[in-house]
Amino acid sequence: MSAATFERGYKAFKEQIDAPIAAYFSSCVSCGMCAEACLFFTETGDPKYTPIYKLEPLRKVWEQEYTLWGRLKALLGISKKLTDDELAEWQELIYGSCTMCGRCTMVCPVGNDLVYMIRKAREGMAAAGHAPPDIIVGTQRAITIGSATGVGLPTLQAQIRRIERETGMKIPMDVQGVEYMALLSSMEIMSFPEYLEALAKIMKYAGKTWTLSSEGFEATNAGVQIGVSEIAKELVMRIVKAAEKLQVKTVISPECGHAYGAIRWEGPNLIGRPFTFRVQHILEVLDEWREQGKLKTEGFEKARLTFHDPCQSVRRGGVIEQPRNLLKMVASHFVEMEDHGKMNWCCTGGGGVGAIEEAHELRTKAFNRKKTQLDALKVDKLVTSCANCRLVLEDGLEAYEMEMPVMGLTEMIAEHLKEEGEMEKDKGLYRFSEN
Amino acid sequence: MMTSIDFLSWVRGPVFIMATAIFVFGISLRLLEIVSLRRKPDYSAPRGSRMVGGMRTLFSRSMYDKSTFQRSAFTIVAGYIFHLGLFIVTFLSVPHILLFRELFGFDWFGLPTILIDAVTVITLLAMLVLLIHRLKNPVRRFLSTFENYVVWTVTFLPLLTGYMAYHHSVFPYPLMLGLHILSVEILMVVFPFTQLMHTFTLFMARWHTGANAGHRGIQV
Repeated sequence: MSAATFERGYKAFKEQIDAPIAAYFSSCVSCGMCAEACLFFTETGDPKYTPIYKLEPLRKVWEQEYTLWGRLKALLGISKKLTDDELAEWQELIYGSCTMCGRCTMVCPVGNDLVYMIRKAREGMAAAGHAPPDIIVGTQRAITIGSATGVGLPTLQAQIRRIERETGMKIPMDVQGVEYMALLSSMEIMSFPEYLEALAKIMKYAGKTWTLSSEGFEATNAGVQIGVSEIAKELVMRIVKAAEKLQVKTVISPECGHAYGAIRWEGPNLIGRPFTFRVQHILEVLDEWREQGKLKTEGFEKARLTFHDPCQSVRRGGVIEQPRNLLKMVASHFVEMEDHGKMNWCCTGGGGVGAIEEAHELRTKAFNRKKTQLDALKVDKLVTSCANCRLVLEDGLEAYEMEMPVMGLTEMIAEHLKEEGEMEKDKGLYRFSEN
Repeated sequence: MMTSIDFLSWVRGPVFIMATAIFVFGISLRLLEIVSLRRKPDYSAPRGSRMVGGMRTLFSRSMYDKSTFQRSAFTIVAGYIFHLGLFIVTFLSVPHILLFRELFGFDWFGLPTILIDAVTVITLLAMLVLLIHRLKNPVRRFLSTFENYVVWTVTFLPLLTGYMAYHHSVFPYPLMLGLHILSVEILMVVFPFTQLMHTFTLFMARWHTGANAGHRGIQV
């Protein structure tokens, strides 16, 4: 990454503007409905958190560079040029108070995809040197150590050894020619290794061949988060090279919603070509096996519970029904929040917000939205499918003194897998039917 | 000195031609500016169809889920009334249809004058209420720029002058009609260079968003 300057930033803003961006800015009538979709506005009432307002720098560049009328206005001094100070001021709006959850995109009457715009605005901000320091540090760590949180291969290896010792299961590493290559988010490695254990258990149960790669295991992409495509591409390439080297058919994105979006939807565009392998979210894989009868569970969770939809895998990712199908297998008292699925409210920590220290107070305030949703349901347990959501939810619940366990869906499924003996018998049948 | 008849023929003649030229040229330019920016190809494996998603969102975005409706009920209801009213008054009033026939050679069915009159009043009221809302509501006031008020004014005036012309109020009919036509011409000149362009570009916006979501297998 060359040195960040305002000129580089301006150029990056300019380069990001495409036909959709131009159509979006041309269509906004300042109706303000997007504010009502953003929890940073609904929980604070401060109009500066209105999503479209967060895009003012990008709008200026569009108007003054790509419209005749805008150029004229700038020339005559009717509209002011974008300044570096303005970008500094916008840092908290483009990073600190936007989780890129995309709820605003769902309500805009003219159909503007505001997250698409924020993602592009971040490219300009990062190039101009106005990304938050915490995010810059995380991005540097991703390049040098392997993940934004500073978790690298040695940490993963230590977790693998521990799981293998405790469960007697083997966690395959760098095995060539298997069907699946699993990715992990560093938060799972560090805070929720239960995920890896659950994955190993389910793989064994379903009789599938799989592996991790020591060269490409980290699924989160700090380059996407900060908005530097160059870095994002480098991080995606680690996974692509690993998957192609091991000749796997499918790469499994972990629960982490951001990771899924980064590899499934942005990945091929970052490297400029389609992948030679398939990418599936872990819940897509599990639901597929459920449909094929390869995943059988027993027993039910007794607690009244609900599901928190991770924005990037659900609203922005399209894995909407799968978590519900899976939850219904193992939970007898599953209830939905009033706004759920595509319309769910963010955990408040997506899009890098959870990693920005300065945003912590605002984020905690905004968590009141989730609290309100949960209070209305009177649930005893919260299930989600994203390590980042889970950390942020736990943090928020603690701040509001709400005692409620938060659990990952994959783990929950793993806990309810049908007895070993039954499984072996079933597996034989499936093998037979597959031939 | 210019008589009101002179004025009327002036706004119906040279001014109309000029306004139409700016309107047509301006809109074409703006649309060209947008389309020529293009869009990068999407290399990710599709889960659904861009075409189906795009087409769907063109229409679906006019509908709201319960929670969004509750949160923005005023904007949605007043917005609907005003847009529908504007459409009805513009395209379904008999004098307008006669003008279109003169210009394009074909016509369609108009609504009775009394109905158009009522719709005009409702639309004017909806616009006034929306203006008050823009001035009072913290978010809308915060977002609003000079342009928003210009756009409101140039949209409001044709409705008002049309209503006044029909009721022969304030000025004699030829002058009032002239003013009505002039106000529409101002609207046409301002149109391509302001948010009024959303009339056309919103279909592009909806299409892009719907297509991108459709590609991912999501209905938005």
